[in-house]
Amino acid sequence: MIETRPDRTTRKFKEIDFYDKQETNQYFLLPFRFHRLNNQKEVLVNEVGDHLVVPDGTTHAIVTKTLSKENNPDIYGDLIANFFISEEVIPPLIDVFATRYRTKKSFLEGFTALHLFVVSLRCEHTCHYCQVSRVTTDKGKFDMSREHINKGIDFMLKSPNPHVTMEFQGGEALLAFENIVYAVERTKELALLHNKTVTYVICTNLAVVTEEILEYCKANDILISTSLDGPNYIHNENRRRPGKNSYELTIQGLELSRQIVGRDRVSALMTTTTLSLEHPVEIVEEYYKQGFRNIFLRPISPYGFAVRNERKNKYETDKFLTFYKKALDRILEYNFNGEYFSEDYATIILKKILTPFPVGYVDLSSPTGSITNAIVFNYDGVVYASGESRMLAEMKDYTFKLGHLDENSYEEIFYGEKAQQIVESGINESLVGCSDCAFQTYCGADPIHNHATQGDMLGYRPTSSFCHKNMEIIRYLIELMDSDKRIKEIFESWVKPRS
Amino acid sequence: MLLRTKGISRNVSEPLVGRVTRNTDKLDGNTFLISESELPEIPNKNFKGILTNNDFTEKDFAFPTVSKIPTFEHLTEGDIVAVGNDGNINTLYRVNSFHNTLLATERCNSNCLMCSQPPRDKNDIPRLYDIHQKLIPLIPKDCVELGISGGEPTLMGELFFQTLETLKENLPETEIHVLTNGRSFAWHNIAERLAQIDYKRLMLGIPVYADYYKVHDYIVQAKDAFNQTILGLHNLARYNQRIEIRIVLHKQSIPRLTKLARFIYKNLPFAEHVTFMGLEYIGYTPHNIEKLWIDPHDYVEELGEAVNFLAGQGMNVSIYNSQLCVLPENLWKYCRKSISDWKNEYLPECKSCTKLNDCGGLFTWNLKKHSQHIKPFVE
Repeated sequence: MIETRPDRTTRKFKEIDFYDKQETNQYFLLPFRFHRLNNQKEVLVNEVGDHLVVPDGTTHAIVTKTLSKENNPDIYGDLIANFFISEEVIPPLIDVFATRYRTKKSFLEGFTALHLFVVSLRCEHTCHYCQVSRVTTDKGKFDMSREHINKGIDFMLKSPNPHVTMEFQGGEALLAFENIVYAVERTKELALLHNKTVTYVICTNLAVVTEEILEYCKANDILISTSLDGPNYIHNENRRRPGKNSYELTIQGLELSRQIVGRDRVSALMTTTTLSLEHPVEIVEEYYKQGFRNIFLRPISPYGFAVRNERKNKYETDKFLTFYKKALDRILEYNFNGEYFSEDYATIILKKILTPFPVGYVDLSSPTGSITNAIVFNYDGVVYASGESRMLAEMKDYTFKLGHLDENSYEEIFYGEKAQQIVESGINESLVGCSDCAFQTYCGADPIHNHATQGDMLGYRPTSSFCHKNMEIIRYLIELMDSDKRIKEIFESWVKPRS
Repeated sequence: MLLRTKGISRNVSEPLVGRVTRNTDKLDGNTFLISESELPEIPNKNFKGILTNNDFTEKDFAFPTVSKIPTFEHLTEGDIVAVGNDGNINTLYRVNSFHNTLLATERCNSNCLMCSQPPRDKNDIPRLYDIHQKLIPLIPKDCVELGISGGEPTLMGELFFQTLETLKENLPETEIHVLTNGRSFAWHNIAERLAQIDYKRLMLGIPVYADYYKVHDYIVQAKDAFNQTILGLHNLARYNQRIEIRIVLHKQSIPRLTKLARFIYKNLPFAEHVTFMGLEYIGYTPHNIEKLWIDPHDYVEELGEAVNFLAGQGMNVSIYNSQLCVLPENLWKYCRKSISDWKNEYLPECKSCTKLNDCGGLFTWNLKKHSQHIKPFVE
């Protein structure tokens, strides 16, 4: 029984200052970082990703201890309430803070979730940004063998994660549909034994899709992820095939897929090319027109960025950012008019900024999502740390080849020296230039991109296109929210859980 | 609504708890007979006693009696009362109400500016515990919901948990709603003790009035209360206890209300329910009205932002003690008719209102102090 304090001698009401616990005007700093948002404002971000937008100079006042509750009562209260400063050396709610931190990082608990199976390298498209596909009918050489599919499945089911995703890629994955059926049937059976839930995804350009294929997807709850680069004059230019009808086939396939597997089971991705950069509004409007209420303006494009040329990278990144902002403007316009339409990259970042929950997005994680969250089983049995690793290998750079399904054990691949080296290089808490960055908790680390563009996995932030791009997008999103309450409400609606 | 009456008792030593009946056939060892006419035929079986408007004080009965009781109007067949040696007859449980509450204690370790039931610094815990131990087995098994309030119920210490255990055993189907300031659960062993009961139907309603300790501590008039409550909530969540967060709307809580909503979402997302409650004009409130009063019409913007934000993030939100005509229509879906039947009233002008049946109305005591913007909806 807790002994409560002796009955009060008085219940006379006291004024608010009686409840102030601060002694001798002292306060202590909790870990936080800051960034200048614009000329008037700066943003402070603490260790669990809570942020405060404050007037320029506030950080200086906090650090020099010239900020006080007398001259800044509201900001002072905000700083205490949001874990930026503490009136005690150990903050009284440190346990709550610890739980928050653990929650944010809990995407690590499961380990690898996304398993990419390159079931075939064959494709009937010759997209000019694709460096890997082959137009051929040689199944023996360019399709994944049953033995490799079996081993890939065995690896996937060894993941400690109770929920894994099996994603079929190509080439054009549907050209090897019989491989997909084989893989799904085998996985279904084994997943039961291993107590795993499996999400199936097929990445396809939909050019060769049939009702039969879609009926199978429907029966097995398989998600369809297709490519749509924009209106036909962009899409057909980017995604070439005999007949120059990729756009028309994609739209047809989209309609059929939605009819059979259901609207919410079909999504599309766009790849940004030099041509796309000129048409942000048209691309957004094309997605809207096709009935999508979200678009992923993917900043990571295999074309144009992955080159070791600082000036070119900076130029390309600036152009992408201009493109991104224009597209986002158009998207916000839909929202201002009362329509729900979201941008996926912003949503990922906004979830990190606005929610207390973990976000396990592969390209924006720390430690890096390569290996710890995603892995690639190539058509020939080689295991890569990511899709981009596969592209590098096409250019004879095997840095991110982790091993081979025939030769290496699960432990050798996932916990081997190479894996350790890559993941160790992908922890932004300890990277120079990231460790003191205000946006660290919203960002991630990408050793593969660093290697590809800068020649080493740790990278160099001042000329990093990854850094340049993400810092500006994050800054811009925070600035938008701060400048317009309507935008803040729109962004809050994007991060809410959708059932 | 009358909940207490008084007569002259005989043969009552310790408090007696029993159901009331007017039908001698229904008498048993747990039942009082209400006798409103001449002396009835004394049944030849065991019963608790007789409650009467007559004068039995001179009669030489062996069983307990309370005489000269002015009225029985408020007592329905099956209601449960406590009879004291001072002749007080307190209604403990009303069979026709969904709003029955056990008063755990009047002691409290806080002293909220707007407390509707100001605490008393005397040790009433053993006496009330004893009454509740007698009461709980008599409560109908189909009781839908039962509240426990105070004072601060956890000041009962181990007796609090024993009360919950008795409830769980006797009323396994009843939802139990405890109003507590949650401070005791800052001590890990207290939260652990609660979790041991493994009581799925138990919900703890815990107030958080600000995201900033100084404002919360001032409102509840207790140093360290905020940190204890938040740690308490955190410990309770660790043990998967069901939690409702309660926010009273007044001049001290409004300025940081939208910040509080975001604090709750980030730090207390496990809360099953968040309720925003209009100020009750009773208890300490009239005394502190200068510090507390803000016309509800003047805080609808802050309330709307807080409610829409939390609901938008998927949290379950309600507004209590508010009138539809004061709130914008987009908040109506959160309004509940939450005021217990016996303290629920409407203003004279409400009579002509077309939305009267959907409106929660006012606390009886708020007829004296209410928004200046109440006006009936007319077709």
